[in-house]
Amino acid sequence: MKAAREVGIAGYGAYVPRYRVLTETISSTWRPRGAAAAAVAEKSVPGPDEDVVTMAIEAARVAVGRAGFDPGAIGAVWVGSESKPYAVKPSATIVAEAVGIAPAVVAADMEFACKAGSEAMQAAVAFVGAGMVDGALAIGMDTAQSKPGDALEYTAGCGGAAFLFAASDESLATVEASVSHVTDTPDFFRREGAAYPEHGGRFTGEPSYFRHSLAASRRLLAEVGAEPGDFAHAVFHQPVPKFVTRIAAELGFDAQQIEAGLLAPRMGNAYAGSSLLGLAAILDIARPGERVFFCSYGSGAGSDAFAFRVTERIRARREGPGVVDYLARRREIDDYGHYLRLQRKIRRS
Amino acid sequence: MQLPRFHRLRSAYYHLEGQACSACGAVQFPARRSCLACRSEELERRPLSGRGTVFSYSEAVAGFEGFAPPHLMALIELEEGPMVAAQLSDVEPEEIEIGMEVEMVTRRIRELAPQGYIVYGYRFRPRLEVEAGR
Ligand SMILES: [Zn+2]
Repeated sequence: MKAAREVGIAGYGAYVPRYRVLTETISSTWRPRGAAAAAVAEKSVPGPDEDVVTMAIEAARVAVGRAGFDPGAIGAVWVGSESKPYAVKPSATIVAEAVGIAPAVVAADMEFACKAGSEAMQAAVAFVGAGMVDGALAIGMDTAQSKPGDALEYTAGCGGAAFLFAASDESLATVEASVSHVTDTPDFFRREGAAYPEHGGRFTGEPSYFRHSLAASRRLLAEVGAEPGDFAHAVFHQPVPKFVTRIAAELGFDAQQIEAGLLAPRMGNAYAGSSLLGLAAILDIARPGERVFFCSYGSGAGSDAFAFRVTERIRARREGPGVVDYLARRREIDDYGHYLRLQRKIRRS
Repeated sequence: MQLPRFHRLRSAYYHLEGQACSACGAVQFPARRSCLACRSEELERRPLSGRGTVFSYSEAVAGFEGFAPPHLMALIELEEGPMVAAQLSDVEPEEIEIGMEVEMVTRRIRELAPQGYIVYGYRFRPRLEVEAGR
C-alpha cells in the first residue's frame, strides 16, 4: 500500500519504565527447582503511578518535541494497546490533552492485541497521505497482563513508542510502502471483564506468529522490490527472542540486521509496544540513507509490515532520551509480592 | 463530588500551566486572580518547563486515601521561580537529595474509587540521564 502523497516519520519517542523483575524471582514462586530457564532473564514492570496513558504521554511529548512540530498542526492521535486503563473511555483523549493537541483532532484507541500500535501507524500514514491532516500521532504502548504462574508471566513486559507522521519532506524517515496480512486465528484472546488473557495451545507459534509475519514480510519485499540484504536493520514483534531470530533467518535477514531492534532479552515482550519500541531503538542509531524493515504481529491474528528509508534529518531529531537511556535507569524489584502489587494483580481492598 | 474540580484543574495538572505577570514579570504557580508579588491582575498563562530542583522533602508514613504508596512528598523549586508541592516518582527515599535535579512527569495521582475515575497530574522524577554522543 502506498499513500497518495509521500509520508514519513517526523518525530519519535520511546518509553520503558524504570523497574525490572528477574524471571528467576517469578520462577522461585511457581517453578520446581531445576526447571529450565525462562526465555528472557528480566522484564520491565510499571511503577505504582504508571499505566498506558502516562507512558504514552511521555513518548508522545518526546516525539512531538523532536519533530519541532506545532502541536496545533497534529490532526490525529491513536493509541494502540491491550492494557488501557479504562475499558470504556479513550486513552487517546487524555494523551491529546496532555500533549496539547486537543480539541481539533481525531482520536481513538486501537485494539488488535500486539498489532494495535502498527494499526495506528497504518491509519496515520493514510490520514497524512490523503492530505486530511498535516500530522498524525501513532502510539503503541502496553503494560502487558498475564496470569500469575502462567507461561506468559515470564515475558509479559511493558513499554512502547510514539511516532509522529507528516509529509515526507519534513521526515527523518520516509515510508516506502506498507502491507497487512490478517486471518481469523484463535491463538490468544481476553474476554470483556476478564483480568487476564487466555492462549490457545497449539495455535501459538507456527500458525499464528510465523505464518502472519512471513506472509506480510514477503508481501512487503515484493511490493518494494527489495531483498532482505537491501535493509540495514530489521525489527519484528518480540514474544520471545528465539521467535525473532528464527523469523529473521527464514526470511534471510542476518543477526547483525536484527541486533539494534531486538530488545526482548532486556525487558521482555512489550506487546503492542514491542515492535514500535524496536523501531525507535533502530532510529536511535540509524544513518541517513539506510533502509529499515519493520514487521509487527498481533494475535487474532495479523501482521503489518513497513519499509522505511532514513533521511539526513535523523541526526537533528534525536535530542533527549533514547531507548538505551530508558533501559539504563534500571531498578530491580526483588520480591514477588511487590511485583504483584506493581502489576495491580493484588491490591488493598 | 470531586470530579468537576479535577477536570477543571487539568491545565495545571497536565501542563504545569502557571502565570506570568505583565506588570512585574513574576511567574507563579498555580494560577491565581492576582500577582503574589505586585497584586496586578494582568496575568498571562505560562506553561512551565517542568525542570527544577528538590528544595525539601519528606516521606509520609501514613497512607492517604486514593493515593498509592510510597508517598515521597517534596517541594520543588522550578527553574522559572515558583515553588510547587508534589510527589516524587521513580526514586527510592535513600536516593533523594536536597538540590537534586528533577523534571515533571504526568502520572496517576489518585483514583476516586477502586473502579473509579483516574486523576492524572504532575509528579517529579530525577532528571533522566541521556547518554552523550548518540
Ligand atoms: Zn506582578
